[in-house]
Amino acid sequence: MTKLTINLGDKATIKSSDIILLFNALRSAGYSVIGPTIREGTIVYEELTSIDDLPVGWTDEQEGGSYRLKKRSDNAFFGYNVGPHSWKKFLFPPSLRLWNARKNGNNFQILPENNDTPKFAFIGVRACELHAMAVQDKVFMNGTYIDPVYKSRREHAFIVAVNCGQAGNTCFCTSMKTGPKVTSGYDLSLTEIIQDEIHYFLVEVGSEIGAEILNQIPHESAENKDIESADRIVEETAKNMGRTLDTNNLKELLYNNYDNPRWDDVANRCLSCSNCTMVCPTCFCTTVEDVTDLKGENSERWRKWDSCFTVDFSYIHGGSIRSTVRSRYRQWLTHKLATWIDQFGSSGCVGCGRCITWCPVAIDLTEEVSIIRLSNNNSESLSSDKSDFREKHNH
Amino acid sequence: MAHTLDNEFINPNSQIKSPPDKDPMLPCLFSVEQVKKETHDTFTFYLSPCENKISFPFQPGQFNMLYIFGNGEVPISISGNPSDEDRLVHTVRLVGPVTRAMKNLKRGDVLGVRGPFGNSWPVYEAIGNDVIVVAGGIGLAPLRPVLYKLLSQRDKYGKIVLLYGTRTPEDILFKRELEQLRSRFDLEVHVTVDRAQQSWKGNVGVVTRLIHKATFDPLNSIAVVCGPEVMMRFTALELEKHGVPSDRIYISMERNMKCAIGFCGHCQLGQTFICKDGPVFRYDFMHTYLTKREI
Repeated sequence: MTKLTINLGDKATIKSSDIILLFNALRSAGYSVIGPTIREGTIVYEELTSIDDLPVGWTDEQEGGSYRLKKRSDNAFFGYNVGPHSWKKFLFPPSLRLWNARKNGNNFQILPENNDTPKFAFIGVRACELHAMAVQDKVFMNGTYIDPVYKSRREHAFIVAVNCGQAGNTCFCTSMKTGPKVTSGYDLSLTEIIQDEIHYFLVEVGSEIGAEILNQIPHESAENKDIESADRIVEETAKNMGRTLDTNNLKELLYNNYDNPRWDDVANRCLSCSNCTMVCPTCFCTTVEDVTDLKGENSERWRKWDSCFTVDFSYIHGGSIRSTVRSRYRQWLTHKLATWIDQFGSSGCVGCGRCITWCPVAIDLTEEVSIIRLSNNNSESLSSDKSDFREKHNH
Repeated sequence: MAHTLDNEFINPNSQIKSPPDKDPMLPCLFSVEQVKKETHDTFTFYLSPCENKISFPFQPGQFNMLYIFGNGEVPISISGNPSDEDRLVHTVRLVGPVTRAMKNLKRGDVLGVRGPFGNSWPVYEAIGNDVIVVAGGIGLAPLRPVLYKLLSQRDKYGKIVLLYGTRTPEDILFKRELEQLRSRFDLEVHVTVDRAQQSWKGNVGVVTRLIHKATFDPLNSIAVVCGPEVMMRFTALELEKHGVPSDRIYISMERNMKCAIGFCGHCQLGQTFICKDGPVFRYDFMHTYLTKREI
C-alpha cells in the first residue's frame, strides 16, 4: 500500500480493513469518536470504544411505526438507514445546566457554567443529517444571538459522512433535495463499495483537516471505476426512496389550510406523545427548569429539550394557546414545512423519515400533506366551478 | 397567509437590537428599591443594578426576563421612563407562581434581569402624526413608556389621545398619574370601566366605545394598542371604521417565553417569534392570526 499526499477535493480509496486506522487517527488527533452502534434493538449514535462497536452486517427495516433490525448477507459497516438518534444530541445537548445560583441572605450570586467543549468526530453522518445540521446552524448561529455551546461544539466537530447505500421505507430525502449524495459540510465522505469479495471505501476529501487525517492512513488514489461504482450506488439509492413529498408551493398550501378538516382527522390518531419532535434532527425547542435544593440555598437552571406537542408548551396566564391536539399537530407540521421557510430560509424537514418510523401510531407527514393537497385542489376546483356557474348564470 | 417575513412589514422598529457582549441567558442582578401596590393584583417594582453604574437603556415596548431566586423567570414589559436609564421599572400583575413570589419582594431584595428584549412601539415613525394610545387592563403598563416618550418631545407630535379601559374603578392602574395626565391641555384622556358601582361617574363599557369621543386625524395618525387579544382585535376594527388605515395600527403580542432570544421556540406565532420579531407588530400583518384559534 502506497501512501500519497492527498488534498482537499481529492478522491481516494481505502480498504475496509483499514477503517480501524481512521478511528485510530481520529482518536490520536484528540477526538472522541461517535458513531452507530446497536442498543436495545436499534442502531443509535454513541461514543465508540472500538471498531467492533459498529453494526457490522446489520441493517434495519422501517415502516410507519415500525423498526426492526435484520442481519445482512454481507459485512457492511454502514448498511443501515438512520435510526432514532440524530447528531443533535451531541451538538445541542438534551439537558444542559446554564448556570447555578447561591443564596446569601436576601442577595444571591449567579455562577456561570464552565462548559468545556468536547471535540467530537462523527462517523457515518448521512446527507440528510448534514442538511439537518445546516438547518440548526441557522437557528443557533445565524441570528442576533448565538448559542455558545452549540457553536463551539459544531465548530470543533470532525465529520465523516457516508453516502447512503440503500434507502429506507420512510426515507424521502430526494423530495427534500437533501440526499442521498453527500455534497458539502463534511471533512471526509465515504461510499461503501461491496462487490463480490471486494469490500472498500471511496473517500472524498471535504476539508484540509480531512486531508490531514486521510494522509495518516493507507489509501490509494481513486480510479474512474471506483468513482463510477460509488455513483451507481447513490443513484440506485435515490431510485428506491420509500416515500415522496410534493414540495411544490408547500408553504402556501399550508398557509391556506389552517382550517382544513384533515387536522381533525390526524388529531384523532395523534397521541401527542412528542416522539416525532424528539427524533427529528432539526427540532430545536427547549424549556428551562429551575432546580432548588431542600434548604432553598442553591438553585440551578437547566435547559432541556421540549416539544410543541405538550400542553404546557404554549401556556400563558389563563391557559394554553394550543390546548387541542389538532392545533398542536398543525403547529408542528406547519412550522416544519412552511413557517420555517419564512423564519430561516429553508424547510425544517430534511426527509429523513424518523418522525414516520417512530410515531407509535404511524402518522406519516407525507401522507397528511398529500391529503391536504388533494382536498385543497378539490375545494379550489369546486370554488372555480361555482364561479363558473355564477358567471354563466349571470349571462 | 402569504406574507413573507419582512421585518419592514411587521414593524420597522425591529432592527434596534444589538448583539449582547455577554451570555444572553445569564441574568444581571438588580435590587429592589421600592415596591408600590397599584391595585389589588398589580405591583410596580423599582429596581436598581447591584453593580455600580450600569445604565439600562431601553425602547418603549421592550421587555425583560425577571428571575426570582429558585422560582423561575417570566417576561415582563418595562413600564418606566425610557429617559431614566439608572432605574428599571416593571409593573406586574400577579397571575402565576413567579409573579406571586414577586409580591413578597421587599426593598433590598435581589432579583435577576435579562434584557431588554424585543422591538419597540413606533415612537419615531409617529413623529408629525397624531398618536392614539389605547390600553386595556395591564396593557397600560407597556404603553406608559410611550406616553413618557411622546410627552418628553411633545412638540414633535400632533394630537395625543389616551383611551384606557379596565374592569372596575378599583382596577385603574397608575390612577394618580392618569389624573395628572387628564389635567394637561395637550393631551386627551378617556377612561372607561366594564362595571362599576353608582359612585362611579365616569364611562362604563368597553374601550372601543371611547374611540368616537376622541379627536384625531385618522389618515395622519398612528395607533398603539395593548391589552387582551380580543380587545386589540376589536379596537383595531373600530379604529379602521374611524378611518385609521390598518398599517398605522400597532399591537403588542404575548406568548409563552423561556429564552427571549429566539431559541426556545415557545413564543412562535405563525412565522414570527414574538420575542425577536415582536412583541410589537403592525396590525395589517397580525390580523389574520388574531382571527384564527390556537395558532
